[in-house]
Amino acid sequence: MDWTQYLNPLMQGALVTIELTIYSTILGAILSFAAGIGKTARNPVIKVIAATYIEIFRGTSLLVQLFWLYFALPVAGQAMGIDLRLPPVVAGVLALSLNIGAYGAEVVRGAIQAVSKDQYEAAKALNFTPRKTLWRIALPQAIPEMMPAFGNLAIQNLKDTALVSLISLSDLAFRAEQLRNFTQDSTTIYTMALFMYFGLALVLTAMMKLLERYVSRWRVGAR
Amino acid sequence: MTEPIIKFDKVVKAFGSFVVLNKLDFEVKPGEKVTIIGPSGSGKSTVLRILMTLEPITDGVVYVDGQPLWHEKSEDGSLKPAGEPHLRKMREKMGMVFQQFNLFPHMTVRRNITEAPIQVLGIAKSEARDRANELLEMVGLTEHADKYPHQLSGGQQQRVGIARALAMRPKIMLFDEPTSALDPELVGEVLNVIRKLAEEHDLTMLLVTHEMNFARQISDRVCFFDQGRMLEEAPPEELFTNPKEQRTREFLKAVLEGN
Amino acid sequence: MLFGIPWDTSSNLAFAVSILPILLIGLWVTIQATVLGFFIALVVGLVWAALKAAPTRVISWPAAVITEFLRDTPLLIQLFFLYYVLPEFGIILPAFMTGALALGLQYSAYTSEVYRAGIEAVPRGQHEASRALNLTGRRTFTHIVLPQAIPRIIPAMGNYLVSIMKDVPLLSVVTVLEMLNVARIIGDRTFNYLIPLTMVGGLYLIMTLIASGGVRFLDRRLPKTGIPLK
Repeated sequence: MDWTQYLNPLMQGALVTIELTIYSTILGAILSFAAGIGKTARNPVIKVIAATYIEIFRGTSLLVQLFWLYFALPVAGQAMGIDLRLPPVVAGVLALSLNIGAYGAEVVRGAIQAVSKDQYEAAKALNFTPRKTLWRIALPQAIPEMMPAFGNLAIQNLKDTALVSLISLSDLAFRAEQLRNFTQDSTTIYTMALFMYFGLALVLTAMMKLLERYVSRWRVGAR
Repeated sequence: MTEPIIKFDKVVKAFGSFVVLNKLDFEVKPGEKVTIIGPSGSGKSTVLRILMTLEPITDGVVYVDGQPLWHEKSEDGSLKPAGEPHLRKMREKMGMVFQQFNLFPHMTVRRNITEAPIQVLGIAKSEARDRANELLEMVGLTEHADKYPHQLSGGQQQRVGIARALAMRPKIMLFDEPTSALDPELVGEVLNVIRKLAEEHDLTMLLVTHEMNFARQISDRVCFFDQGRMLEEAPPEELFTNPKEQRTREFLKAVLEGN
Repeated sequence: MLFGIPWDTSSNLAFAVSILPILLIGLWVTIQATVLGFFIALVVGLVWAALKAAPTRVISWPAAVITEFLRDTPLLIQLFFLYYVLPEFGIILPAFMTGALALGLQYSAYTSEVYRAGIEAVPRGQHEASRALNLTGRRTFTHIVLPQAIPRIIPAMGNYLVSIMKDVPLLSVVTVLEMLNVARIIGDRTFNYLIPLTMVGGLYLIMTLIASGGVRFLDRRLPKTGIPLK
């Protein structure tokens, strides 16, 4: 087989990688805001739940989390009498989202707390409720600050999707390993795989830069 | 004799071991324009911040419009610390203009003024816009309505701040050193707006400032604060020309010499 | 049994207690891989940083592209690449070394950025004062810039150390017997994945907390203004 014949299976794998990245980035973003805002909440219960989630998923390895969800969770389910076997896609997306959600949560929290105290005072003087203050005053000012870090996290997420190949999901990494197994042509195949990931990363970076610019409208030159 | 609209009754405010207000007794009558002067750390800004519910009090009672501010009446008639719903109700009576303006940078001038009336008071968008236009005309910023704060000078921003506070139709306006952060040549335009407000409306106004001449012009009464207590109060002419307390004399001499 | 240590499946607790020593052997491998990978990252990262700071584009541009490439491609693929491709060019390394090398290379891209940022953060005025006092370029770098740059880069480097530790489980795919691999083997043989994997998670949490605490401690002990030189 020559390298052009590798393209088709690798492209199919790349498609799966893209899907995984999209799902986990979106779900991860939702979790980031939920946990990041949750950690700044005044309700101690919410605060503790958010903080615990963040600590656990930032403090342990993604691969450990993935394996735990795929291998260990079913066993726990058995003990409780419920079927907790997750299909590889679900376990993969879930692990990726939970992981990146925890890192993103810290970015969200940091950006919210970086909004000047004066803004909160002005909002209080005008009698905004805490919720309205968060959504209409604080977040619009915080979001532009989060974008650079979110850009890095998106790339990290893309790279992390390769791990799901280890639970047999047919992503780019899996297809590459499959091909290598079959043809023993490691150098060509892995070089191609590396360049394809690099290409995806460049596209993703460009998209994130666009998003950053769009969101900077809210900041409108303050500072 | 009319009931005071603001009354501080032996109010104590401490930050840890540092006592800022020391059993302060202080009253303002409805419609009065009062200026508070004094050295830094004398508690002037703290009085305003307590009224705007930005700082709680350590002891004593504050009354606004006849009702306790930081307390509410419990079932048996005694006073207990106020909950958020009570504070929200009381907050409606007051508006504040900040030294650092604190405009919302991500909103246009008009939106800064209409946001709270729409979101907090539930006023219809069109009515809020009308109100904003009125206020913009009053502070002289109609052409700048669609600009963002960073595109305006400090004086213009502060005028927006005044309009924003007035949009909520408060009974009491609090000005916390409104011109202290401004370049000297921009101070006049803000003071003119405040003067206009004082002359044309019967709002109660409480002003903390170092602009002595201005205080002289618009106040009904000037209060000198020192070390957490009100040392002396009198109509401006009397206080500035014939201060009774030694400390007041010293302060005025130092300030007016610098001026 | 694994590593000559048998496990006891009589009860959950007994099982957990009996596999702990086995997991700890895996942990020791994890720690070694982490330290070696970190060391490689520090050294290679410094090389990239120096190359990227070179005045000629011929040197600095390829270095920038290579580090960008390393940053944007998955560690897993880099690992497979090294593991399968190096032998084809006659370089045969034990799996552990290949793993540490992959970790080191991937993170060298990050550490080079930290070096650059840390050095750039030293205020211009310091360079100007040195020049005014006629200090040589080299002495300026070693005695003025570097002591002030180091406290700034320690927190970031420390975070990468922790990140490397969390990436070590990948090495299991090239048969390195680190902690996760050990747990998986136990699970394969006993069909009880829950206990080993949960314990590994717990051990990771503990290690992360210790490492983060260590970094914070070091960060606090070092004065912000630079390493004191008497």
